[in-house]
Amino acid sequence: MFAQVALIDILVVLLYLFVTGYLGWLGYRGTKTTTDYLVAGRKAHPFIMSLSYGATFISTSAIVGFGGAAGLFGMSLLWLTFCNIFVGIFIAFIFLGEPTRQMGHRLDAHTFPELLGRRYQSRVVQVFAGAVIALFMPLYGAAVLIGGTEFIATAFHIEYNTALLLFATIVAAYVFFGGLKGVMYTDALQGVIMFVGMFVLLIYTYVSVGGVVEGHRTLTDLKDLLPGTLTSIGHRGWTSMPEFGFGDPKYNLWWIVVSTIVMGVGIGVLAQPQLAVRFMTVKSKRELNRAVGVGGVFILAMTGVAFTTGALSNAYFAIHGPLFQGRVIRTIDADKGHVLLQLVRPAEGGAWLDLIKQTNPNGSTTNFTAAIPTNTEGQWLPVAKQTNAVGAILEGTLLPAVLDAQQPYLTPGPGPNRVAQGRSISVVVAKGVSDQIIPTYITTAMPKWFGLIFLLTLLAAAMSTLSSQFHTVGTAVGRDVVETIAPRRTTGGHDHTISIVRVSILVGLVLAVLIGYYAKKEAYVVSIIPRATAIFFGLCASTFLPAFVGGIMSRRVTPPAALASMLVGFLVTALWLTFVKLPECTTIGLVKASVFAHAPNWPSVDPLFIGLPLSVLTLLVVSAFTRPTDSRHLDHCFGTRNPGASA
Amino acid sequence: MLGIPDPWVWLAYILCLLSALACVVYSWRHWNRGDETVQPDDVRWAKQEDQLEEKL
Repeated sequence: MFAQVALIDILVVLLYLFVTGYLGWLGYRGTKTTTDYLVAGRKAHPFIMSLSYGATFISTSAIVGFGGAAGLFGMSLLWLTFCNIFVGIFIAFIFLGEPTRQMGHRLDAHTFPELLGRRYQSRVVQVFAGAVIALFMPLYGAAVLIGGTEFIATAFHIEYNTALLLFATIVAAYVFFGGLKGVMYTDALQGVIMFVGMFVLLIYTYVSVGGVVEGHRTLTDLKDLLPGTLTSIGHRGWTSMPEFGFGDPKYNLWWIVVSTIVMGVGIGVLAQPQLAVRFMTVKSKRELNRAVGVGGVFILAMTGVAFTTGALSNAYFAIHGPLFQGRVIRTIDADKGHVLLQLVRPAEGGAWLDLIKQTNPNGSTTNFTAAIPTNTEGQWLPVAKQTNAVGAILEGTLLPAVLDAQQPYLTPGPGPNRVAQGRSISVVVAKGVSDQIIPTYITTAMPKWFGLIFLLTLLAAAMSTLSSQFHTVGTAVGRDVVETIAPRRTTGGHDHTISIVRVSILVGLVLAVLIGYYAKKEAYVVSIIPRATAIFFGLCASTFLPAFVGGIMSRRVTPPAALASMLVGFLVTALWLTFVKLPECTTIGLVKASVFAHAPNWPSVDPLFIGLPLSVLTLLVVSAFTRPTDSRHLDHCFGTRNPGASA
Repeated sequence: MLGIPDPWVWLAYILCLLSALACVVYSWRHWNRGDETVQPDDVRWAKQEDQLEEKL
């Protein structure tokens, strides 16, 4: 779509870049250190702070990855938006923000593992937390990276691997040459543009599909066009929850949506290392109180709009999408004009040819045209599925469609051999890859200049998120692992640590790119962006959440309990991913199929459902049976003189 | 409701709006609450944080 860009498009983009640069310079020149904000009393408007937080928190993973998942699975993902707002903003800011800030300052902790390590007076806790973050954060980084890459590849029609390399190079330059220090005003501007962009997207989408109620009804009516692969696992349409139950493959989707996407990410946000440390950078609880409102509305405008428009994009494409020509193989619903088309292409002399899909033994596919098979009376027949001499599968290219209201048939007359035309759903237009639904929708539906600005803003938001992710990886290795294990053996002290931090950032980035490269080759019902994000969020919840929340809220949680809880949460998650969870267990490769392959639904249950309860239980039981921590240390942690005050 | 047949989905839709509204109401009612004087711990933490950022 962006191949032909007009002068107005270039001017709008240049204006955007100029304003971004100017605001970035203003912010950099004005208030630039933490001391300025916290101590020197320079006030940052809570509106600016919230939007900056939001722009860093929300990235391409949420909008492209999870918005695309909503395009595939439907509006049931709005439960994740509810969790994002209620758990990720309301509970996190109101109940966890202030204790985290106070304890972090009292213990002089600057990273999440350092906070845990100092609260529990345990270097093992700090090193373990640092190692888990360093090893698994690149997975989440890969999710954000892939989101940006999919958008670039779709918008500019360039190959995925080229786009991945291009985007990774830009990110590396940003992270290494000054990107580590967030510029609040630029982040806030990105936040404003994302907010406005998503709002415009929502209004445009609802207007395009006939309004809120009509749009939802249109989407509901499209459920009979769902691919069989989705209905067989419990998809009941984009405006319905998947079928609930346990013990049958038809309940798999409910467990995928609720246990992995909604709960895994919705709860996991509370124990995100790069977000928890943000609470320490505010001056008092007043700033957190003020940020809650803007944060809640911002998240609603980001994930709420992404998930709603992601699902509604199916209705948009069914009404306004590209037309496909084909012959009707099966009528799904005559009243609604829902049919199954065998795609055809025009040939010379007014004839038509079938589009055939060839799936090679290595999984690659190619398309070619062939003459339409007929019976003895000349009537067209369906394409028979067959396997050729080299093992490639040849079959017709079928597509569910809504017949065009103005001209449903291209060929005149009521005869049997007629070519129809119709539009399909976004799931099909994006070739079944949910990560491509949002980029395809925006580049198809929106004006060019808007698409370009949206692209730039999404990429900028992705870069601020990536920057904070890899900063966290670097400090986890340098400060939390190396400096904690061998503080005196590091030649050159802090300078040596800085080198380790930089190398770790580079290694983390390379790992993320490799994950992005190899993950593209996998095909699974839940695509790589939401999967990778959910794995990291779930892992953080099971490993850190009980020890983190227990540590800042209660004096009774003991160091052995925290360590045991973290180990149990981590090990259960790792074992579940390695041996049970699909498709992760087969991707890791120690088993060829889930060890619970014969027990339906278990391979779809997220590790969080097993790991977090066990981790909480371990924390409670071990705390009950171990000696309480020295009260003087607890007084220091909680800023109290009365040992029982916060118990 | 809202053209959505499944109560569990329209409930999520409504709860998203209500939870965002709850955030706004909370902020509005607590706009001036929670201000604290800067403690020595805060000053030490901020200076240390700046030093770390400067090195990176």
